Amino acid sequence: MVGSAAPVVEVKNLTREYLLGAERVLALRGVSLSVSAGEMVAIMGASGSGKSTLMNVLGCLDRPSAGEYLLGGVAVGPLDDDALADIRGERLGFVFQGFNLLPRTTAVENVALPMLYDRQGRFADPTARAIAALQRVGLGERLNHQPNELSGGQQQRVAIARAIVTEPRLLLADEPTGNLDSRTTVEIMALFQALNDDGVTLMIVTHEDEVAAFCKRAITLKDGQIVGDVPIQQRRAVVSTPGAAP
Amino acid sequence: MNARALLRLAIQNVVRNPTRSILTMLGVMIGVAAVIIMVAIGQGAQGAIEERIKNLGTNMIVITPGVATTAGVSGGAQSMPSLTIEDADLLRKDAQSLVAVSPVVMTRTTVVGGQANWRASIYGVDPSYAEIRDWQVASGRFIDELDIKGRKKVCVLGATVASRVFGEDDPVGQLVRLRDVPIEVIGVLKAKGQTAEGADQDDVVLAPYSTVQTRLAGRQFIGQILGSASSPDQLDLAQSEVKLILRERHGLSESQPDDFEVRDQRQLAETATSTTQVMTTLLSAIASVSLLVGGIGIMNIMLVSVTERTREIGIRRALGARRGDVLAQFLVEAMVLSGLGGLIGAGVGVGGAWGVGRLTGWATTVTPSTVVLAVLFSAGVGVVFGWTPARRAAGLDPIDALRHQ
Repeated sequence: MVGSAAPVVEVKNLTREYLLGAERVLALRGVSLSVSAGEMVAIMGASGSGKSTLMNVLGCLDRPSAGEYLLGGVAVGPLDDDALADIRGERLGFVFQGFNLLPRTTAVENVALPMLYDRQGRFADPTARAIAALQRVGLGERLNHQPNELSGGQQQRVAIARAIVTEPRLLLADEPTGNLDSRTTVEIMALFQALNDDGVTLMIVTHEDEVAAFCKRAITLKDGQIVGDVPIQQRRAVVSTPGAAP
Repeated sequence: MNARALLRLAIQNVVRNPTRSILTMLGVMIGVAAVIIMVAIGQGAQGAIEERIKNLGTNMIVITPGVATTAGVSGGAQSMPSLTIEDADLLRKDAQSLVAVSPVVMTRTTVVGGQANWRASIYGVDPSYAEIRDWQVASGRFIDELDIKGRKKVCVLGATVASRVFGEDDPVGQLVRLRDVPIEVIGVLKAKGQTAEGADQDDVVLAPYSTVQTRLAGRQFIGQILGSASSPDQLDLAQSEVKLILRERHGLSESQPDDFEVRDQRQLAETATSTTQVMTTLLSAIASVSLLVGGIGIMNIMLVSVTERTREIGIRRALGARRGDVLAQFLVEAMVLSGLGGLIGAGVGVGGAWGVGRLTGWATTVTPSTVVLAVLFSAGVGVVFGWTPARRAAGLDPIDALRHQ
């Protein structure tokens, strides 16, 4: 398989510019980076540094103005809207700051949602897979709860279960702990670490050093350019399994 | 996404917002119910009118004498005394498409009765005349074969003549005098009312044609031969058969025109039917407006719903939904809303039509095709009015949609 040898993400000289009225805004100015399978990368930077734009491009929600983006060896640039949607469904998992669960919908139904759009018939029993994913994030007891019956940390766990249920090549998390208190933040980051230990490749956008400390590598953006790309020396680890977390 | 998943999703969304869904469906519900009730009233009226036309004898064929032309001057309708009893006998024997034939020997005289005199038309007819014209007796009996053979001096009175001559008394068994001939009244006909032209059909005395021809003096002629085709589709065949037989019998060569005329009642029936059809169309058109308003209601709610659920759309797009998936989701939801409204409306309409029938005594007819059509049309309304909101939902940019608060 070609994809297994190639890096999960390979970006060359990526630029993204917006037109705000008559003014051209360069959100990304020539970003190049490569992420291999099994990495856990933090994307750092102040607001306006371009990290969200990078995330949208990497998540195939947005297209670069110039430059090349290979996702698992596949050039994303020339693909049309439907093909991008299929890639999001097949190869990517998203975790958002605001959880983005469907209201009035149970945890199992929320987690099963991406499988609804699967076009390859990969998932024989979506409900069973959703239940397994929820058990994996430690929510085996809350299967039929709706988002408003769950705490913030639990909602984010549902969102993570939804992101991993299709076994994506890459899990993209955009400020996943932004809405959570510090204790829950640690729990969620521990869950990410556990998933990473199981082989899930992660890219986490954050502006908090404490969150980045859980990752293996930190990329720092400033004004749309990479200004730092370093491995994390003293990685934080929490001695607890995700299944045991409340 | 397959059709089943789409349908399940749509039903889930409809069920999760019961109040909103019912309010949305209400417009279509009322529209469909109105259409069904209006069409039921229209079709009921049509049925009633058709029944009355059948009363005139729908399968009836009327053969009248032709127009005589003397030295270039037309004698007007029925001026040629070309029809005979023998013509009628021959038609009865040879015309296969006619189930009944009756000559009508016409004359006019004063009916002298117990209390009053009344001038009326006297028709000499065959027993089958009653069947052809679908005319029953109210009391007594109709003329039979024995009366014809025996040239019996009997008659059946039309309702008008009966009341004019005998008032409230029962005429059956009494005598009337026609041109000084005493004739026994053996029956009274049911009232048939006026023709479209205003002629009183009940102002008539029916007697055996043999009696009228032989016993009553005075000017008389065979004004008509009436025939009855076995069914309305046989009318054309019956007409050409009659023409063939009569032309041969009258010894007409190819170049000579018919010396008689053959007509049927379809023209009249068509006119009346088309009138009620116009009425039905008009009623259902008015009712359709409410269905249209219902559709606009659905569009309105769906547009609001798209704005409300922008974030949901963004989530679905991020998780792999194509634009087409989102389009289908909202379209199917609109269709489910309007189709469900249509179904409930159909129930209300059928009940309402029955209720209107009970309350007003009108004949209301609900046909299955009306119900099916109304429900399908309402689902169509969902497609038409769901299209714009669904397009708007599908056109949203995923990033903007995800950011939407």
